[in-house]
Amino acid sequence: MIALTIDVTLRQQAFELHVRESSAVEVLGVFGPSGSGKTSLLEAIAGIRTPDAGEVRVGDRVLFSSASRINLPARERHIGYVPQDALLFPNLDVAGNIDYGVRHSRRALAGLPQLRSTLIDILDLGPLLARRVQKLSGGEKQRVAIARALMTQPAVLLLDEPLAGVDRARRDRILPYVLRIRRDLHVPLVYVTHDEAELNAIADRVLHLEGGRVVGSAAAP
Amino acid sequence: MSAETWAIAQFTVLMALLATALTLPLAIAAGWVLARHSFPGKALVETVVSLPLVLPPVATGLLLLWLFGRRSPVGQALDALGIEVVFTWKAVVIAMMVVSFPLVARSVRSGIEQVDRRYEDLAATLGATPFRILRTITLPLASRGIVAGAILGFSRALGEFGATIMVAGAIPGRTQTLAVGIYTFVETGREEAAWGLLLLSALLAFGAIYVSNRLVEARA
Repeated sequence: MIALTIDVTLRQQAFELHVRESSAVEVLGVFGPSGSGKTSLLEAIAGIRTPDAGEVRVGDRVLFSSASRINLPARERHIGYVPQDALLFPNLDVAGNIDYGVRHSRRALAGLPQLRSTLIDILDLGPLLARRVQKLSGGEKQRVAIARALMTQPAVLLLDEPLAGVDRARRDRILPYVLRIRRDLHVPLVYVTHDEAELNAIADRVLHLEGGRVVGSAAAP
Repeated sequence: MSAETWAIAQFTVLMALLATALTLPLAIAAGWVLARHSFPGKALVETVVSLPLVLPPVATGLLLLWLFGRRSPVGQALDALGIEVVFTWKAVVIAMMVVSFPLVARSVRSGIEQVDRRYEDLAATLGATPFRILRTITLPLASRGIVAGAILGFSRALGEFGATIMVAGAIPGRTQTLAVGIYTFVETGREEAAWGLLLLSALLAFGAIYVSNRLVEARA
């Protein structure tokens, strides 16, 4: 459970993103059609895009605040980000991707071997470790990207349409992995999708975005 | 093929390798800055970086001759340290570096520009510093451009003539390279020796192009 405060204004070419949301939930769902600003919102939380104004807080940690001129760089935010196309580093194999954050960040991380084997177990990555990332299916890429993000022990995990690149038949096999992360690791999630059924399965609370604005927010059924 | 011809070829290859090795880190730094950063005066820096490409090499050589000569502050400082550059092998390397630098930097830059920035953004969310990202993500993904640039720079260094003859001269056994050797041999009526150097130059150029094409194919 974590308190996530998002209050951002981000001017884009096509629209202006305005989101105000403060919730203490395990899984915050963000729902909306493509082009509604879902990915921009995640990038603003992760520190990849700088909002024009507003504030982003996780618990009492201020990640961004235009009023107090705070803008932590992405590397200091401790936000895990899994983009829609997974973006596995093509110059590294699966194990190299999973261990990237551990090898190349200066964060003090505890209990890594355990976490690593837990993730490999939960996400069923054992048979993939020595594979080249180019040889993975869409769903396998997503699972590796999730493990790569979780290895750095983020305060929040952002998932951008984790099932979008996966065919219908396999979707039902990935969703349980995400549910296990929620259940076994207790990492709060921001879960973006344009599929309402997915959110009903996983989210505690749902933000409905359209054209950059929140047109509805509600506790999930 | 005479021992003299071989010695000139060996010397040229050695100098060109040294020049390439010294140019590469500088060109990578310049290529990265130009590809990934914007700053006031960037257009000016871009122009200066490309200048040796359009300036006649002899003119570049004249500038280097002045810069490393006794009348410039740089030359005086080196002189005070007891380092002699002009008309030595060091001048050969410097001339090669200056003329090949723009080619290498351009190739590195376009290699880096082709790397999707989102990989770099993602590496940052995993806690990596900009330098780590450069070393572990950007440069490996830009390796084709970097290797191509290094081979291009090496080839350009092998054939360097104008700047070399100005700043290093054509001292047999000390600063004489393949291109300079061909010229001086023809000038002094030793046409046969000049043809020997020509043959070696052609073989080296062929080899460099062959290797670079193979590398590009292997990575494609």
